[in-house]
Amino acid sequence: MKFRDRIYVGLLGISVLLILGILIVILGDVAIHGASHVSWKFITESPSEGLTGGGIWPAIFGTTMLVLLMTIAAVPLGVATAVYLYEYTPPETPSQAWKRYRKEKSSKMLRTFFLALLAKITRAAVANLAGVPSIVFGLFGLGFFIQFVGRAMDRATQEPGEIVWGQGNLLWAAMTLALLTLPTVIVATEEALRTVPQDLRAASIALGATRWETIRRIVLPSALPGILTGGILAISRGAGEVAPILFTGAAYYLPYLPKTLSSQFMHLGYHVLILSTQSPDVEATKPVLYGTVFVLLVLTFLLNLAGVLIRARTRSRLRSGGA
Amino acid sequence: MNRGRHIRDNLMTVVFTAAGWIAIVFIALIFLFTFKEALPVFNAKDLHEFFVKAQPEETMEMRYIWQPVSDEPKMSFIPLILGTLKATFVGMLFACPIGVAAALFSSEFAPPKLREFIKPVIELLAGIPSVVLGFFALLVLATWLQSAFGFTYRLNAWNAGLALGIALLPVVFTISEDGLASVPRTYREASLALGASRFATAWKVVLPAAMPAVFASFVLAFGRAIGETMILLMAGGNAAITSFHLGDPLRTLSATIAAELGEVVFGDPHYSALFMMGTLLFVITFVSNSTGQWVIGRMQKRMQGTA
Amino acid sequence: MKVGRVVFALALLSAACGGREAKPRITIKGSDTMVILGQRFAEEYMKRNPGIVIQVNGGGSGTGIAALINGTVDLAQASRPMKEKEKADVKAKRGVDVHETRVALDALAVFVNEQNPVTNLTVEQLAEIYKTAPAPWVLYGRDNSSGTYEYFKEHVLRGADFNARTQALAGTAAVISAVAKDKNGIGYGGIAYAQGVRAIAINGVEPTDANVRNGTYPIRRYLYFYSVSTASPELQQYIQWCTSPEGQAVVKNVGYFPL
Repeated sequence: MKFRDRIYVGLLGISVLLILGILIVILGDVAIHGASHVSWKFITESPSEGLTGGGIWPAIFGTTMLVLLMTIAAVPLGVATAVYLYEYTPPETPSQAWKRYRKEKSSKMLRTFFLALLAKITRAAVANLAGVPSIVFGLFGLGFFIQFVGRAMDRATQEPGEIVWGQGNLLWAAMTLALLTLPTVIVATEEALRTVPQDLRAASIALGATRWETIRRIVLPSALPGILTGGILAISRGAGEVAPILFTGAAYYLPYLPKTLSSQFMHLGYHVLILSTQSPDVEATKPVLYGTVFVLLVLTFLLNLAGVLIRARTRSRLRSGGA
Repeated sequence: MNRGRHIRDNLMTVVFTAAGWIAIVFIALIFLFTFKEALPVFNAKDLHEFFVKAQPEETMEMRYIWQPVSDEPKMSFIPLILGTLKATFVGMLFACPIGVAAALFSSEFAPPKLREFIKPVIELLAGIPSVVLGFFALLVLATWLQSAFGFTYRLNAWNAGLALGIALLPVVFTISEDGLASVPRTYREASLALGASRFATAWKVVLPAAMPAVFASFVLAFGRAIGETMILLMAGGNAAITSFHLGDPLRTLSATIAAELGEVVFGDPHYSALFMMGTLLFVITFVSNSTGQWVIGRMQKRMQGTA
Repeated sequence: MKVGRVVFALALLSAACGGREAKPRITIKGSDTMVILGQRFAEEYMKRNPGIVIQVNGGGSGTGIAALINGTVDLAQASRPMKEKEKADVKAKRGVDVHETRVALDALAVFVNEQNPVTNLTVEQLAEIYKTAPAPWVLYGRDNSSGTYEYFKEHVLRGADFNARTQALAGTAAVISAVAKDKNGIGYGGIAYAQGVRAIAINGVEPTDANVRNGTYPIRRYLYFYSVSTASPELQQYIQWCTSPEGQAVVKNVGYFPL
């Protein structure tokens, strides 16, 4: 019995080895072929000779700008939504609230029921937002931000026929990505809010503070590391997504850097796509392609690492009983 | 002074409540605007063309055709839907057993130090952008598979499906592992006390108890697979054929949108058809994700004893 | 603290809301066949005229033409002529006429793997292969947004559909790369990209410079610039330069054939 079981457990263990192996193979392949091509020149220069030479600075710059704007849009909104879900909604579930209403017949309970129902629907909406395919976000960016909002803005502010906002650019790409990463921020922030001990809130209210004052001065500062984690994880996710920006502003080759919100931009992930599938000379651009993938992976992993470290510190704080 | 603080408090309550609405508003907007651009083709004739119409051709392969740029545009979704399902099938075939096996090992047999090592490995895997996985499958994996199995077509369902499976592994692992870890210790202790071996306990007691979580992980992986774009676009071969053979190239709904949206004139039937595909993707993933969330919700309630 | 952040963000935003670059800008989009040519044109022109910025994107002739119809681009590069319907669409949507300029000659080459013994095919044989996908051929082609795709469809397949097994790739270079890796592969695309594969003769005629110019190579085509009648003077100057001897030297350099 023991021996046969050992075999089975061994098989299970092999699956873990397999996963580890896959990771090592992919990362190893990129590191071997890409690291050698990455140099200071590579990071700071523009592409030249039909993308077969030069560097990827515009792509790095474009990705950074995009992700910065995305964070400015997503984090305040995400934090606000999470605060609403955690601090402003009743703790009862809709069914519990409804039962109590039937028992007590008070209008207050009815109100609680509706608020609880709203909270449940909001949570479901956040979960569903997280599951929307990235290409559908791209479609939404095109259909709503560009065609609807952008064209309306052009009609209002530009001369007839001029298209400035009714096309892909940094602003719309950033907003599309912000929507995509919103659930990440919300979930991370809620987790962070949860680590703040309830006693602190109770003490604050007992001393006469309003709910907003409690949030602003006690809860948020205490939850800041977790909020930071959420922001960083959102950034690392946003830096890697390509499908949403295909039609909302990413460009193949720009001789200049994006300086305004209405500019197109180059992007690391998009560059990988282009070099892989539309490269002018597949063999010649391979080193550049590997180099770009390497830079993209390093960037993504550093961000992920930062987020994980901060989250681990927040969690240990929870275990040790709060700040 | 008191009134000022009061006003500010009420104001912020309004602000936060408004923020709470944002998620609902945007989910509704996404559906609305995707569907709005698809409206021109939401009629009996076009829907028939998308889902039912077959060409009067001999070969099975050519019966349903997606060729929108043609003197006689043919816009059947069937080859694309089939392609999506093929890739998802292969992906889940790879990810589900391995993901659950790894989760079981990690939760029941791995010493704590090893468990703390496995988690970041999975997170690293999850952090790889899908465009990088597609790049890897296109350049490296396809060549390996072809030399190992002698496929006629270098870019096919196996290649794309395998890369997709790599992307799905973290989803299956994480949720299954959470579920396994949430099984009460008493279950294990009772089983061991009754004389069962550790493996028997894990396989026959803990795993069945965590079935809702495992099932939910499959459902969520399914949703992710259906919507995945980059991997399929780069590694699938992009041939819209109606074939069940996994060695054939495929083309998915998402890859079609990604490849063709750039060339359509806004308002064209082709444009509306692509948005219709987007709506379809949205609905499928919405249903599948809602199911997964519902199962997880019930599981959590059961664990907390309020079910 | 939060208020300060919001103010900072707003300041950033309003500063960034400029709307226009300082230098005049030309945006070009379209044919993947022409994208290197377009970039080289732009590079050389910008060297001589530093006061202007030119941005070139690929995506396929269909993408460029669609962008021209939608009004989101100044110049569309196309490896096939614009259809009458497309020109009418421009007129209907933007109220302006389309201006067509030929900038180069291209041979639509058919590529096979270097290990493939086939050296010549008639147009009819080629069409049969791409319509019926007989074993052992593995067909590679372009996406339906490509002008190369449309040109091949019209002039080789005579309007018939490609076989569904044709793998749609996003660029000529991708087609060539695929054929180079596949000993049963066959693909088509602009001659300038040929590397590591063999460009076969069609109807017994090799795709050489002489044969393309005198018209004996049966599948040759022009490469086009499409702009609208309200094009800016900078754009008109650019187009003129591309058809001048200086511009045509770039054409030769890239591997296409000057007019």
